[in-house]
Amino acid sequence: MIVADRKSLDEILWMVSDCNKILIAGCKGCVTVCNVGGMKEVGILASALKIARKKEGKPLEVDEKTLERQCDPEYVEQIRDIYDDYDAVVSMACGVGPQFLSEAYPSQRFFPAVNTTFFGGATEHGIWEERCAGCGTCIIHYYDGMCPIARCSKSIQHGPCGGSARGKCEINAELDCIWDMIVKKKMEQGRLDDLLMVKAAKDWRTARDGGPRKSIREELTK
Amino acid sequence: MSELKSGSNLEKVLKAGHFAFTGECGPPQGANVEHLKEKYSHLKGMVDAVNVTDNQTAVVRMSSWAASTLMVQDGLEPNFQMVCRDRNRLAMMGDILGVHAMGIRNMLCLSGDHQQFGNHPESKNVYDIDSMQLIALVKKMRDEGKFMNDKDIDVPPKLFIGAASNPFADPYEFRVYRLANKIEAGADFIQTQCIYNMDKFRDFMKKAVDMGLHEKAYILAGVTPMKSVGMARYMSKSVPGMDVPDEIINRLKGAGKGKVAEEGIKFALEQIEEFKEMEGVAGVHLMAIEWEHKVPEIAERAGVLPRPVV
Repeated sequence: MIVADRKSLDEILWMVSDCNKILIAGCKGCVTVCNVGGMKEVGILASALKIARKKEGKPLEVDEKTLERQCDPEYVEQIRDIYDDYDAVVSMACGVGPQFLSEAYPSQRFFPAVNTTFFGGATEHGIWEERCAGCGTCIIHYYDGMCPIARCSKSIQHGPCGGSARGKCEINAELDCIWDMIVKKKMEQGRLDDLLMVKAAKDWRTARDGGPRKSIREELTK
Repeated sequence: MSELKSGSNLEKVLKAGHFAFTGECGPPQGANVEHLKEKYSHLKGMVDAVNVTDNQTAVVRMSSWAASTLMVQDGLEPNFQMVCRDRNRLAMMGDILGVHAMGIRNMLCLSGDHQQFGNHPESKNVYDIDSMQLIALVKKMRDEGKFMNDKDIDVPPKLFIGAASNPFADPYEFRVYRLANKIEAGADFIQTQCIYNMDKFRDFMKKAVDMGLHEKAYILAGVTPMKSVGMARYMSKSVPGMDVPDEIINRLKGAGKGKVAEEGIKFALEQIEEFKEMEGVAGVHLMAIEWEHKVPEIAERAGVLPRPVV
């Protein structure tokens, strides 16, 4: 799923500093699963903003609405009747949400309340880790299901680099070296030969480097 | 290794069977040409080639190719270093052609320290290709006369291709295979990480020799003399992939006040003596970090002077 972290209250307060009435739009998709932008978090942010603005002597009126998803035109319609009642709309969805909203409602302003961080999952309660870089050409079959593009700090295809020590990455003693994990798994399975070849340079056109991407599934477009 | 691939001095020295001796010089954090020239002047005639680092430890410095060019003009042979952190393949190939045009004939291909270590941790890291692919790229440009896209190069760059090997990074069992991979990709010579754990390096070299790697590429053992106990402790604790055994730190401590640097040099000299005899080791790469003026003395005492003229 897409993982996000909430922006600081100060940053959000700054965004809405000229507003008297806002809508906070949550999303029931990924950000609900990673506990950052669902109905509960919308309520928490609304209260925090109201308290902070009351303290400043500039009360803020805040309404709450959590959409089914913000990455789907059908569900974006869920605020059609109310979107214009506010000075701005603060979206708690990933970075996709404010953009779909902005495109659907050109006369309104939309602000992000979260920083969209990565594609990943929860490894423990309250901890999420990156697993996919969305590079558009998956190569993890070479590495027994582990991705060096997303998980190696240098995205190298021939690791581990000289900075790998005791299974950890050179940039952070808390960060597992994915290449250490790949090599150990290959060794345990007796398939080290898989790594003893020079792989062609990656074609980054399918990643963001090739420009904004679009996926067309013709069977669904008819 | 039949005919010359680049015609570099380092290649000729190694091919003639001499025990190679290379040095290192980091460009300044500025355009201070005089400072750079002062640093590398100590290396002239003392080494077969001088590694010119490329924004080492991710700290921005005068570009490696520019500093290398100044060396060529002053009659020293550079070993131009290039890391994969700062350039995409277009910039890399452009610079490879450029350095050859400027008379540079050795190139060391490296991944590069992550920018988090340096003085611009906010920067984007590139890693379009990795060090293995960079080695293969330089070889393709040289031997096939083609760019990465298979288009012909109008006058291919002839470079003696180097790669790094760190026998002390983990997982240790894989390190010799990674070295083999780099040689397979096209490395003509290898310079290792600074060696302090001699037991481990002996074992590593034995494995490399058993695999016949020393017959496919020239392996130069990395030596960095310790200047102080503090430096030894720092390298032990803070430099990724560095293995400094306690016995080395204790030996330096035991040298007594004012004698630590000499003890560091003595250990380096003992290492060089052993490397001269060690099977599979074709030379030494002396990285006298910010201690370039000591290189003549170390070279003299190591008995590697005069350097061969081939």
